[in-house]
Amino acid sequence: MANPNKDKAESGLMRWVDDRFPATQMWNDHLAKYYAPKNFNFWYFFGSLALLMLVNQILTGVWLTMSFTPSAEEAFNSVEYIMRDVEWGWLIRYMHTTGASGFFIVVYLHMFRGMLYGSYKAPRELVWIFGMAIYLALMAEAFMGYLLPWGQMSYWGAQVIISLFSAIPSIGPDLAQWVRGDFLISGITLNRFFALHVVALPIVILALVVLHIIALHEVGSNNPDGIDIKKKKDETGKPLDGIPFHPYYTIKDIVGVAVFLFVFCVVIFYFPEGGGYFIEKPNFEPANSMKTPDHIAPVWYFTPFYAILRAITFSVFGLEAKFLGVVFMGAAIAVLFVLPWLDRSPVNSMRYKGWMSKVMLLLFAISFVILGVLGVLPVSAGRTLLAQVCTVIYFAFFVLMPIYTRLEKTKPVPERVTG
Amino acid sequence: MKKQLFALLFALVPMVGFAAGDSVHLQSMKPDLYDKASLQNGMKLYVNYCMGCHSLDYQRFSRAAEDLDMPQNLVEENLIFAESVGYNDQMQNAMDKGDAEGWFGAPPPDLSLEARLRGTDWVYSYLLGFYRDPSRPTGVNNTVFPLVAMPNVLEELQGVQEKVCASSSKPIPGAEIDPLTGKYQSCDTLQVTSPGQMDPEAFESAVYDLTNFLAYAAEPSKLKAQALGPKVLIFIFIFGVIAYLLKREYWRDIH
Repeated sequence: MANPNKDKAESGLMRWVDDRFPATQMWNDHLAKYYAPKNFNFWYFFGSLALLMLVNQILTGVWLTMSFTPSAEEAFNSVEYIMRDVEWGWLIRYMHTTGASGFFIVVYLHMFRGMLYGSYKAPRELVWIFGMAIYLALMAEAFMGYLLPWGQMSYWGAQVIISLFSAIPSIGPDLAQWVRGDFLISGITLNRFFALHVVALPIVILALVVLHIIALHEVGSNNPDGIDIKKKKDETGKPLDGIPFHPYYTIKDIVGVAVFLFVFCVVIFYFPEGGGYFIEKPNFEPANSMKTPDHIAPVWYFTPFYAILRAITFSVFGLEAKFLGVVFMGAAIAVLFVLPWLDRSPVNSMRYKGWMSKVMLLLFAISFVILGVLGVLPVSAGRTLLAQVCTVIYFAFFVLMPIYTRLEKTKPVPERVTG
Repeated sequence: MKKQLFALLFALVPMVGFAAGDSVHLQSMKPDLYDKASLQNGMKLYVNYCMGCHSLDYQRFSRAAEDLDMPQNLVEENLIFAESVGYNDQMQNAMDKGDAEGWFGAPPPDLSLEARLRGTDWVYSYLLGFYRDPSRPTGVNNTVFPLVAMPNVLEELQGVQEKVCASSSKPIPGAEIDPLTGKYQSCDTLQVTSPGQMDPEAFESAVYDLTNFLAYAAEPSKLKAQALGPKVLIFIFIFGVIAYLLKREYWRDIH
């Protein structure tokens, strides 16, 4: 098929390839002639950093798989073998453990950016939904990966989370057993989690990332002003406020990569345990089904949802508190999927929304962080109350959004992007 | 700028402050992996006093010798006792797990990762925390790990400690101020009542060395990480500066 973008002057080899595969066209569509708004700010680094973390996890994961033994007898030993006897094994493992936390840090900031500038709003609903699906798959990936080192927290964390399935009325206990493949977490669970962690979920995540980017490049990137740059074009049809992604944003993102990697490497080389948050201390003891740790806390990136789960301490209509907790925890994630249809504001960006949206987003962010902190702490009466208040704020942000985004007075949106 | 600060805070907040509440006061012990003499002494103490019961399943003699600057022949002559154990083998022992369970109620745990599991403060305080308690089968109890099944294997070095009441004008952790004297009053103070081969200061130093060795054994790669870290960070810094200058050059024409 004739390629309209093909440069007549291109060299023999490129021409040969382009006649058979749209290499130049893809390069242009997604990089050299993909016009991105010129006013991206600090918040726009986290998409490319998430991609960096994905590549980091896949590469280090492949090399870890070479030396890891997925069995209840050998998993813990093989991790220490990697740490001590495999050349550079310690570095590869710390890149992977720190990478998991790093991935979630950049993904949370990336999602917050979307909420700040209304990047989920029409016509970017599918970009947002694919993104949410990535987040969901990432949580499953991280949860299953955390079982693999077969330490005490791996084991008991998985035990607690899988037992949540058993809270579902009637089918619950059978479902939990089906997920585990055993009556309790065992080598069978470890093996299936290994298969899902290294084969199934990475394929799903990679496919979703491709969909996320294709959808994004179809509709074009949003920007801090939340306005459509394609409305103002020059005579050649280029957006006046757009610049080619390559070289402008590739080089800018590389600066972001350098800053991020600096912090990332400080953690890897000097604080690989991340203060007990990236690698929890009880995980230095092999899994023991006869010995429950005093305090079971999930890894930090799950704790906001874990805190919501624990905040539900009452039963309603004969439904058990534990089941309701699971429902609310699920709802806390599910509600994010419908965000594009909850926001009824005529403007996209928080810059031009009214004070109510700003206050609600601020309260939401604060309560999310507080929930995250509460999720790692043991329960007390005061903390449960605080978690309940934060849970209410968390859901109020979404449930009330159709009302406050319609009621509030928005500011006029400029024609062209501002700085 | 304000937004960037907010973003940073947002990223860092989950890292701030939690520690599972530990009511026992622990003495602070900061490992020094560059003090080879201390690590060597720690390894010697470990092999002589601990390894009979507590294996180091993941630590090889050869790796320790290499990292701690010990010649192979000295290690083979002084630290490897069994004929069947080679220089490249792990620091395992001959104790049968079943026997151990019969003797102590539970087999003594492997200590390869103990310093990372419980922390060096805990290990250090625990080793210093044995005191005479005739009600226990071993004759000793421990302030850090009450009712522990382990005897005070270092007693010949330390001597016998007992709990005594003492008052001090300096704060004693967990002690209350006596309103009459204005001094801190505690009946949980440990004091050596029958001296061993070492005076208390020398013993604390020996326990420091032993803990230091366990800190090394828990993460031998730390030495490598700390040697490589600065090089990698300097590279990334220079790379970042060059990338930034290039970015500025490219963006010169964007307004």
